[in-house]
Amino acid sequence: MARPFAPWRGFAAMPQQVRRLAVVIVLLVAAYFTARHFLVPRTFGEKGHYRAAAVDSIAVLPIHYAGREACAMCHPAEVAKKAGSFHRGVSCEACHGPEAAHTTDPIGHKPTAPRDRAFCVRCHAYDPARPTGFPQIDPVLHNPVRNCFTCHNPHDPTPPRPPETCAACHGEIARTKAVSPHAQLACTECHTADPRHAQAPRQFLPSKPASREFCGRCHASDAPPPAHLPDARPPKVDLATHGPRYVCWQCHYPHYPEAR
Amino acid sequence: MADERPTPGGIDRRAFVGACVAVAAPLVLSAAQQAAPAAPDTAHAAPDSAQGATGTPRYDPRTHYYGMGVDVSKCIGCGQCAAACKAENNVPLDPHHFRTWVERYVIHENAEATVDSPNGGIDGFPAPVAEGGVVRSFFVPKLCNHCANPPCVQVCPVGATFSTEDGVVLVDESYCIGCRYCIQACPYGARFLHPVSHTAQKCTFCYHRVVQGMVPACVEVCPTGARVFGEVHRPSSPLTRFRRFNAIQVLKPHLNTEPKVFYANLDGQVR
Repeated sequence: MARPFAPWRGFAAMPQQVRRLAVVIVLLVAAYFTARHFLVPRTFGEKGHYRAAAVDSIAVLPIHYAGREACAMCHPAEVAKKAGSFHRGVSCEACHGPEAAHTTDPIGHKPTAPRDRAFCVRCHAYDPARPTGFPQIDPVLHNPVRNCFTCHNPHDPTPPRPPETCAACHGEIARTKAVSPHAQLACTECHTADPRHAQAPRQFLPSKPASREFCGRCHASDAPPPAHLPDARPPKVDLATHGPRYVCWQCHYPHYPEAR
Repeated sequence: MADERPTPGGIDRRAFVGACVAVAAPLVLSAAQQAAPAAPDTAHAAPDSAQGATGTPRYDPRTHYYGMGVDVSKCIGCGQCAAACKAENNVPLDPHHFRTWVERYVIHENAEATVDSPNGGIDGFPAPVAEGGVVRSFFVPKLCNHCANPPCVQVCPVGATFSTEDGVVLVDESYCIGCRYCIQACPYGARFLHPVSHTAQKCTFCYHRVVQGMVPACVEVCPTGARVFGEVHRPSSPLTRFRRFNAIQVLKPHLNTEPKVFYANLDGQVR
């Protein structure tokens, strides 16, 4: 005899198939919560869909680079010397390596000091991708074999004698100009540099040509041949009609004017 | 219904099973409560509940939101950042795993770009092979962009990678299952699978340093100041000044990942 479904009469009064199903469901739900309790980490979901404790375990990882402030506490002389030099922005540990261990054990852990040329040219070898104005040398030609620190103190790298040629610092431009039709022209043909520019390049900037007429001294249609280069045959243009709205170097790179 | 009748013992089979479940369920649950301290989660991370165990009890991640600025025109490609990152974070020294690296772009006259990054730039760059003319060339430091809308976090099936409250995307190494979904999802190639632990790894902005008020190792050693680290939203931050005085771009803005690594003087050829 089938009884009508009447849950208010209690579990025992329910039909047999409903009671069986209910037991199975209760068991499944209990299994789910039990498994979840064991499988989901305790701090999971505290701050988001991740284990909040993971942040703490990452935050306590050991530090290897102590920072330049730590160096200054014990080495004020070196730091002061460096602060007035072109290496003022270079962190101590950029050359001396990670030295957090040295700050806790100054005797046991001695920093290294790079002494071979290979280290300095990591920054200072010529590479066309390096920004213009960054001091670069050709490691093959620039005082070969000698160690950099025989002339340059790494804490104040300005050499004792200022460079005599523009190419010492502006090698990129010198190389470009050397293969251009302007190879015969000295830098001073177009630029006037204060002698102090060699020692303090940013404070005493060299002059640059400012007008079309400057180029026109050689390239205007009525210009006489250059006095010191009588054999030169510079291309001539009519300044009045040749690109009158522009200054010459907007189209012609002066260090390589025929660049395609 | 014969089986509804009570058995001679006074209890039928179904009543017995029901009683067993009723007794066992609370027992199991309470046992689970007892066993919780020995759960694998806490075995990995000691400072789970202890507030001061991190060593930085005063650090409140909700008051910070970090980002980085990279001035491409200042980068000299010395590779110090990549080398320092490896030393600071114990990244494998082989030339295939990097949390940050430097790329050299060479733009040729046919407007094609050649990109190389031998050993991440750590050993310097060989002289570029220029067939035909080179229009321009420059270095681009790369790292995890710590996206505000990170695809890697979205795809992680277990919640092992996440954005912290201070805006850093981290990997929970003890929870990562090494499925590599995040490595596939990162549009910037900033992730790799650690060859030993077989878990995903990436730049953490040197999280262990920044919580102590230090800058990331790459920023510390950059000799030209091409990298700037700071707060995104704070008016008095080196990063805010960097963003005020430079025209800023981010990598792959069309993906809407909202990177927090801001590039100044970035070339349009950079991918």
